[in-house]
Amino acid sequence: MNAWINPFADALEKLDRIGAERVFNQALSQLTPIQTIENVVVPALDRIGLAWEQGDVALSQIYMSGRICEELVDRVLPPSDPDRKHQPRSAIVVLSDYHMLGKRIVYSVMRASGFELFDYGRMDVDQLVERALADKIRVLLISVLMLPSALKVGEVCARLKAAGAPVKVAVGGAPFLFDAKLWQEVGADAMGASAADAVAIVQRWMEEMQ
Amino acid sequence: MTVAMNAMQRLLTTLGHQEPDRVPLFLLTNLQGAKELGLSIEAYFSQAENVIEGQVRLLKKYGADSLYAFYYAAIEVEAWGGRTLFQPDCPPLCGAPIITRPEQIDTLQPPNIAEASGLQRVLKTIRGLKERVGDTVPVVGVAISPFSLPVMQMGFDRYIELIYEQPARFERLMQVNTEFTVAWANAQLAAGATAICYFDPVSSTTIIPRELYLKTGQRVAKQAFSQIKGATAIHLASGRGLPIISDLADTGTAVIGVSALEDLAALKAAANKRVSLLGNLNGVEMRRWTPLQAEAEVKRAIAKAGRGGGFILGDNHGEIPWQVPEEVLFAISDAARRWGRYPLDWIDTWQDESV
Repeated sequence: MNAWINPFADALEKLDRIGAERVFNQALSQLTPIQTIENVVVPALDRIGLAWEQGDVALSQIYMSGRICEELVDRVLPPSDPDRKHQPRSAIVVLSDYHMLGKRIVYSVMRASGFELFDYGRMDVDQLVERALADKIRVLLISVLMLPSALKVGEVCARLKAAGAPVKVAVGGAPFLFDAKLWQEVGADAMGASAADAVAIVQRWMEEMQ
Repeated sequence: MTVAMNAMQRLLTTLGHQEPDRVPLFLLTNLQGAKELGLSIEAYFSQAENVIEGQVRLLKKYGADSLYAFYYAAIEVEAWGGRTLFQPDCPPLCGAPIITRPEQIDTLQPPNIAEASGLQRVLKTIRGLKERVGDTVPVVGVAISPFSLPVMQMGFDRYIELIYEQPARFERLMQVNTEFTVAWANAQLAAGATAICYFDPVSSTTIIPRELYLKTGQRVAKQAFSQIKGATAIHLASGRGLPIISDLADTGTAVIGVSALEDLAALKAAANKRVSLLGNLNGVEMRRWTPLQAEAEVKRAIAKAGRGGGFILGDNHGEIPWQVPEEVLFAISDAARRWGRYPLDWIDTWQDESV
């Protein structure tokens, strides 16, 4: 572990934008932008994600710290930068319901971790299956808040599979936290308990797909 | 031997931290009334008469200890000019935010409850339920807290940004919302509601840290409760509350609706007879419980929080999902009657098989 991770995570948890930027810049003076992201930003967000899973950090802190990181990372690694991760085509979506915060958080944390992904906004099952197939998506992140929406993930997974699409689906959101067996029941390939989990899942899948 | 009580006596006794005849059961089946009447959720909520009939039938069917006058959260936002989206198997959802630019908050005015057709339907429902049961069964009204209402008014992400980045506008929004919530809660109490369930998930430590809660959600709740002319129950709608139990009790609330993610015994100890607990059966898992599992979960909850009163058995979200089968609801009700009877001597030899 390097000396920047904890001070950076501490500043993020306190929503100390200036302090976070100071640590980020210190790391940048010795590391490349992508090294700074991989060795400072991702581990710090991972620490905060773990604290969220344990109930020690609140969602508002996760959301605001994700936004701070996204801004810092965009400054040194614009969306078109070739150093952004060479990843499988990925997308994130809110399925069926209208609660967008979870997706917004995961999107920020993914981008702050150097990933680029399509933001599909909110879609119903038909729209999502059609769009994911058309975009040849390999990694699909689905966020839901309501139980009926979580159950609709099953239809998405079944239809993508029936179409022969080599897509992996990760799910996240309250129903999956309250019922640990639900993600498997709906046929997802993984469940993320936090935004940092989503990053780890996609990294793992990237290695498997290479 | 404990004398048999009616539902109201049962509730009041447990709220006084005494043991009633049995643990009261609040089966918050607001959506299931539509199934009882064979109506769609949208059609069901379009007429107060439907909801009255549906909730009374459910009361008889499951033998629970409350009537729930709650329609759906977005009905409050309808009063502010918002739209509700109905789906066949899901609680009605709030449509697009009514506040799209923070500047709108500067001139925002609370709506007049008398002119809000949805809220008037709820009031008619409360009057109808009260006529049916008098003072024998508590009729629970619902108000979304002024602090949590903005999630629907402006979207969750923009609201979090407002809290942290625009304190003056946040204060103005709380002032307007509190005026509305107080008027709405008092109208329900005047119509015959026994108490107001004050849904406040944003105050849970799942959503904001304790230090922020003390400066925001708690202060807002204290201001609202000082003007609401009746008892309140803060419901965190599945959010965590253990680290702020004492802070929640400081608002003067009588009850806290608690999460399945937290240990009921730890919550009961932290409540320390200052406040009663409602919960914490897992509404999401409930969908796939067998009757035996339902019985085991009821036993676990009663074993952890039943003794000494101060406990109402219920789900952890304040709304049982549409997908939960009837047989599970019957099993919960049967188990509450069988295992909830005081004194709870069976707990002495009970072992938690989930551990």
